[in-house]
Amino acid sequence: MKAFVTLDGVRKQWSPTVSVGPLSLEVARGEMVALLGPSGSGKTTVLRLLAGFEALDAGRIVVGGEDVTAVPPAKRRFGMVFQHYALFPHLDVGENVAFGLTARGAAAADQVRAKVAEALALVDLAGFERRRVYELSGGQQQRVALARALAPEPRVLLLDEPLSNLDPALRERTRRELRTLITRVGITSVFVTHEQEEAFDLGDRVAVLHDGRLEQAATPDELYEHPASLFVATFVGRANVVRGALAGALGARDGQIVVVRPERLRFADAGVPGVVRERRYTGAAAFYQVDTEPGDRLEVQAGPGAARVGERVYLEATGVMTFAEGGGGVRP
Amino acid sequence: MSARSGWFARAALTLLLAWLVLYPILVVVADAGRGDALATFVSRPGEWGALWASVWISLASVVLAAVIGVPLAFLFEWLEFPGRKTLGSLIALPAVLPPFVGVVAFLFLYGESGFVARAVQAALGLTRAPWRLQGAGAILLVHAYSMYVYFYLFARAGLAKLDASMLEAAQALGAGRWHTLRRVALPLLRPSLAGAALLVFMTALGSFSAPYVFGGGFRVMTTQIVATKLNGELPLAMVETVALALVATLGLVVLRRTEGDDILAALGKGIGPLRRPIRRVSVRALATATGWALAVLLLLPHVTLVLVSLVPYGTWTTEALPPVLSFVNYQRLFGEPERLRPLVNSAWMAAASTAAAIAVALAAGALVGRRGGRWRGPIETLVALPWALPGTVFAVALATTFGAAQPWALRWVLVGTVVLLPLAYLVRNLPVTGRAVLAGYRQLDPAVEEAAASLGAGRWATFRRVTLPLLKPALAAGGSIAFVAALGDFVTSVVLYTYDNRPISIEIMGSLRISELGVAAAFGVMLMLASALVLGLGARR
Ligand SMILES: Nc1ncnc2c1ncn2[C@@H]1O[C@H](COP(=O)(O)OP(=O)(O)OP(=O)(O)O)[C@@H](O)[C@H]1O
Ligand SMILES: [Mg+2]
Repeated sequence: MKAFVTLDGVRKQWSPTVSVGPLSLEVARGEMVALLGPSGSGKTTVLRLLAGFEALDAGRIVVGGEDVTAVPPAKRRFGMVFQHYALFPHLDVGENVAFGLTARGAAAADQVRAKVAEALALVDLAGFERRRVYELSGGQQQRVALARALAPEPRVLLLDEPLSNLDPALRERTRRELRTLITRVGITSVFVTHEQEEAFDLGDRVAVLHDGRLEQAATPDELYEHPASLFVATFVGRANVVRGALAGALGARDGQIVVVRPERLRFADAGVPGVVRERRYTGAAAFYQVDTEPGDRLEVQAGPGAARVGERVYLEATGVMTFAEGGGGVRP
Repeated sequence: MSARSGWFARAALTLLLAWLVLYPILVVVADAGRGDALATFVSRPGEWGALWASVWISLASVVLAAVIGVPLAFLFEWLEFPGRKTLGSLIALPAVLPPFVGVVAFLFLYGESGFVARAVQAALGLTRAPWRLQGAGAILLVHAYSMYVYFYLFARAGLAKLDASMLEAAQALGAGRWHTLRRVALPLLRPSLAGAALLVFMTALGSFSAPYVFGGGFRVMTTQIVATKLNGELPLAMVETVALALVATLGLVVLRRTEGDDILAALGKGIGPLRRPIRRVSVRALATATGWALAVLLLLPHVTLVLVSLVPYGTWTTEALPPVLSFVNYQRLFGEPERLRPLVNSAWMAAASTAAAIAVALAAGALVGRRGGRWRGPIETLVALPWALPGTVFAVALATTFGAAQPWALRWVLVGTVVLLPLAYLVRNLPVTGRAVLAGYRQLDPAVEEAAASLGAGRWATFRRVTLPLLKPALAAGGSIAFVAALGDFVTSVVLYTYDNRPISIEIMGSLRISELGVAAAFGVMLMLASALVLGLGARR
């Protein structure tokens, strides 16, 4: 992969005890990378470092061969979509979208008008030029923010939790539209999210952050199937974490931790014995909470009629991941 | 409260307010229309001149105050430099000088025989004072000094509320610092700036102390009204009063329109921008030095007042600095019962009028604070009305209304009694306490009172144990401002005082007339300290 955007050993020291990084990440041209992590993991910080709103304490940022570490945000030619959109309330939709076209100095009025129309058409808001931004719905505001960021034809598009401000019903549809649009424009983009589903759906690759460190950057499949650390294994997808005797029963060596996903456990005629304590029905499948004899509780995903509450069962694992205590991953 | 008694209470409050606030104005309007006073007004060029002077002085005051206050607000809100916090609060100091005291301090400082004039005179070896502090320029100087604070405070509050991501969005779109300031920050500040402009315009239009002391032959409408009244041309004074009231109303309407939509302020949800430290050493030193120089400049009137208050009578003649300093003036202030009287008078009148204004405001809040209904509009308008009209207008209106014995028209003779002046203070203070209490009521979560009721608290217990404590910050803020305004009032006092209730400001004027500068200054210092103390207490959370 040839990198278009490179974060090289980037670090931000917020206070003597709180820091983000050092962190290295490469983004290919046209690729869409998701920054995923729990609250406080440093997603926003990384995005703002990229945008230039925060100064690095170490490392450098390179875009298309140009070192932009010391370039101010106004000269980076990065587009940014803010979490609350940050649309200018004193300007109408057209003026908002034109802002970036005229900010660097005078531009021919008819050219600006054509570009604004083009950008608005791109987000399906053709003819919305003279509308006031506060009269728009949340979804429309989000699209105006997108049009405004894209109009000056930036090199990279940055999005901070672009969907978090929408209500859940709208979120999924907007997500699909966002994916289609960004694919069509083909722009290199980095976006922040704390929702795994969003990251998997939108990101070509997902960078998982934890405590200011990059745990793993990989495709969704790779993250799910081959997590590089215990944190990634448990943060991405559902997982049973098993230590001690039960881990041994599932095939781990001494001191190793076993992670097994609910769909990788099944009821069998022999194996780890246990009793079904709860059953949660989700339609296509059901999740069963099983108290195993060695002591731990395991979650099993199986057919809706596979077991009854109170029934004595045996569990078999079809695939487990093992990790050293406090260390990285071990391939099964 | 049953529906009927609620209706009755609202109607009673509306009538009371109308009688206090609206009725006197109507009486003045009716009197002005009688006889040929209107014709006299129209035919005299001096009247038009005074009216025009009021207008342009007020507009110029707005511009000057904005030019000083807005850049300062940006400096203190956006940049970080040594001493920023201390300086930032020092810079609001003109607020603790009551208008008349400020004017007196300016007289001592920049007047013909003030410190600065004497220093210049001594330095250049002049035989006469280098300048006279008089006319429009002098008035504007005082206005700029005392009114930039509004722009400074409003703009700072606006900047603090500004959503940082708005500015970042502009930057991300390629806008430089200047472009961001002009196209994003200033437009977003518009509501704050328009609010400050309105406040300065109204204050300058009603300003009386500065033109009274420094005007010389230059007349604005407020001083013109008082002069006409003293001349005994009462009908003409009524016409002038109505003319000034009309200009004030017009200004209010025009400026309100530019204030525009609250949506600008409402849309920002994010956090305010972080202060940017000034990195370059030379620039930081310059900013710090400028800040401190400014603080000294702003503090000079206060220091002057204290210094002059320490000068015994007759000891300071031609020297640049007073040769003798002592506390003799303060001893006289507290030692002679006749001198103590004004202090006592001002204190009780300010306290009584503030308490009454708070009581009326609480009544308004309780009756229409949350659920408006039909009475809300009239009550809110009546409470706010005195703010829209200069103090002179109200003083003249009250003097007229309560100078006749017509009990059938709800008019009694109060002129010459001690109650008229506190009544005027009460009317003038209604907008301050009313606004604070009504805003407080609006922020109150009705569920809290409902919770108290569901826990068995009666109407009165709920008010005393839940509503009142929650309103306390609003009451403290509104009450302290009202108290300080009444304590230092000069505009209404000069029209309505009697010998028995003469307040401090009138005593200061009297002392100045007989050249007892030290005593006048000592009274000023007392007012300044009391104002600072009360405002400080009111602002505490
Ligand atoms: N301006 C700041 N000053 C000091 N510390 C900060 C600042 N911004 C972020 N931090 C710290 O940096 C760490 C990472 O914060 P960041 O906002 O990047 O997390 P995040 O992943 O975006 O979290 P969230 O999902 O809650 O938005 C946190 O510990 C936070 O307290
Ligand atoms: Mg964040």
